Amino acid sequence: MDVMEKLKILGDAAKYDAACTSSGASKKAGRGGIGSSIAAGICHSFAGDGRCISLLKVLLTNACIYDCKYCVNRRSSDSVRTAFSPRELADLTMQFYRRNYIEGLFLSSGVFKNPDYTCERMIETLQILRQEYHFAGYIHAKAIPGADSALLEKLGLLADRMSINIEMPTNESLQLLAPDKSKQSILEPMGFIKGRIAENSHDIIKYKKPPAFVPAGQSTQMIVGATKESDRQILNLTAGLYKKYELKRVFFSAYIPAVEHSLLPARDIEPPLWREHRLYQADWLLRFYGFDAKEILDEAQPNFHPYVDPKCYWALRHMDNFPVEVNRVPYEELLRVPGIGVKSAQQIVRARRSCSLDFEALARLGVVLKRAQYFLVCRGRKRSGLELTRPALLRALMSKREVSKYELDQALGENQQLSLFRSAPRLTAAQEEELRCLPMPM
Amino acid sequence: MSADADVIYRYDGSFAGLLCCVFASYEQKEIPAAIYSPQDMQLSLLFTREIYTEEDKSQRVLRSIPKKIHQDALDFIRRIFLTCLPQKEWYILLFLRRAYKEGPSILQNVADPLVNKLYKAVRHLENEAHLLKGFIRFSDCENVLATKIGPKNQVLPLLADHFCDRYPEEQFLIYDEVHRQALLYQPYQIKLVEMDVMDFPVFDESEEKYRELWQAFYDAVEIKARHNPKCRMSLMPKRYWKYMTEFDRMPASQNPLAGNRSDAAVGEIISIEAVSPAVK
Repeated sequence: MDVMEKLKILGDAAKYDAACTSSGASKKAGRGGIGSSIAAGICHSFAGDGRCISLLKVLLTNACIYDCKYCVNRRSSDSVRTAFSPRELADLTMQFYRRNYIEGLFLSSGVFKNPDYTCERMIETLQILRQEYHFAGYIHAKAIPGADSALLEKLGLLADRMSINIEMPTNESLQLLAPDKSKQSILEPMGFIKGRIAENSHDIIKYKKPPAFVPAGQSTQMIVGATKESDRQILNLTAGLYKKYELKRVFFSAYIPAVEHSLLPARDIEPPLWREHRLYQADWLLRFYGFDAKEILDEAQPNFHPYVDPKCYWALRHMDNFPVEVNRVPYEELLRVPGIGVKSAQQIVRARRSCSLDFEALARLGVVLKRAQYFLVCRGRKRSGLELTRPALLRALMSKREVSKYELDQALGENQQLSLFRSAPRLTAAQEEELRCLPMPM
Repeated sequence: MSADADVIYRYDGSFAGLLCCVFASYEQKEIPAAIYSPQDMQLSLLFTREIYTEEDKSQRVLRSIPKKIHQDALDFIRRIFLTCLPQKEWYILLFLRRAYKEGPSILQNVADPLVNKLYKAVRHLENEAHLLKGFIRFSDCENVLATKIGPKNQVLPLLADHFCDRYPEEQFLIYDEVHRQALLYQPYQIKLVEMDVMDFPVFDESEEKYRELWQAFYDAVEIKARHNPKCRMSLMPKRYWKYMTEFDRMPASQNPLAGNRSDAAVGEIISIEAVSPAVK
């Protein structure tokens, strides 16, 4: 099989991995080498689905000894199997990199023969890149669960970032859908990598330049919507992973039915993109907005709101915290105002040192007043002409897409009501209820 | 602050020339209604003052900025000068006149309408440079990595360090066909030159092969069940597409990168071979 065919098959097989960032490391090649990376990461293109393409994301092979039910590469699937040779893949990476198509390589693999053998082939590829071609670009390597820790160690010294996908949010789901994997086999290497990173930062104090072990940290991914966990369970797990394993990033991937199986959702379901989006939003609240998972969702509210994003939803349930005075309130509280993001909060703090801000100034600083106006006062005053009614507030807090989704659901509900042969419009009633239950600012 | 004189300044388009406009504004005790560079062809009924670029005047203004305001103010106006903000020269003058009076604190006053406008223009420049760090697609033309771009802002000075760090051992050339400038690099030397026309040779077989491999990968990586062209367009505006390999599916002979005939008729053609010695 030629490289073109292999690339099509092994690129296609790797695409369900959500992580494609090239962030977290900052370095450059010296003379004689090639490559650099910047901490913020660089997107080189965007695919037709709107996802960033930063790395050449491929599998070393799509052959696999495991039979995970949700996976397109599972043993029992009758797809065409192939593999790159380490040299082939290293050369392809270099040629793509020279042309600035990519920021580096994202190397994952099916498990062929056994975990150790797979890991060794990955190491061989990365050694050609790093040692022979002096490649200093970004490398993200997937740790192969079950591989020897000495091999993980080798891999970690060659890669910028490593990841082990946790796949399912609970051990029960994992056992149901990935009987060859266990929570243990996933968390063990994760713990090993965490320990080595910590050791490495200790070495930096001891020695001038120890070899860096995964300088951009580790990440993981969870599939959302293949099993029954609530949003709250997933979010709590996420917060726990950040805390316990010091992960740089947890990715969520809406379950795309690629496989028919009695234990999985039917093949014709829509991927739960909305849920994935809400989790993504909540993840940002955890990482950059100082929110605790328990604040975002709790026992009474175990799932995200379909029409209002997690931050607005939180604000609506805590109207007693508002309004805040923009010219005095601390940065941390500014971040909690709907319509103010990290950038605009920083700008506000910077600008208010030299003058007191009014609503016009806030608009110039990038604050989304449509939302923020309900939660702010400037120099002790509310925005003039502000309509403080429930529909006005809700409309303001919903994005255009959320409004149209709401209207669509409404229309669908009404059609159902007209049809005598359909079951009662339960969905819409529940949604109406959701909106009615939203607390009001007054 | 607004214009208080019925006069227009015309300068040579250089940064030093602009500093001389600042000098003239103080010398004449006036704020002109506009400052035009040779690119601005407007005819005006107002009196036009020709501002000549004089080394000692521009140096005096240049030295005074870090001394009387702050080094950051100088870096800031250098960046504004690279943006596509209409009448940027006039706004730089207004900014400097206020900054001399108010001191370095003006740089923090990002909510001020004038300062805010300038910050936004600079952010637009920096964002465009950041996007192009990813969207630039080189083609290997006889061992020189070459590309064309069509940015709104003059991004080449902001791209230089990045690509030098990335390809220390390569030769590369980035041609900005809007501002008619090129960034030329060969190991350990970088140059920014004015260049009217740029012609690329036809790609060889191996270049064609990697272009096709990249296109195949680009197609394979999309999850079709999540197709979302709107999202793609907002993250990667269409004006960049015509320079990108993944959207360029024509045979090499008809490739837009492979030379623009109408351009060729206008001026001297600089080929890769001609450029390489220029770098040396």
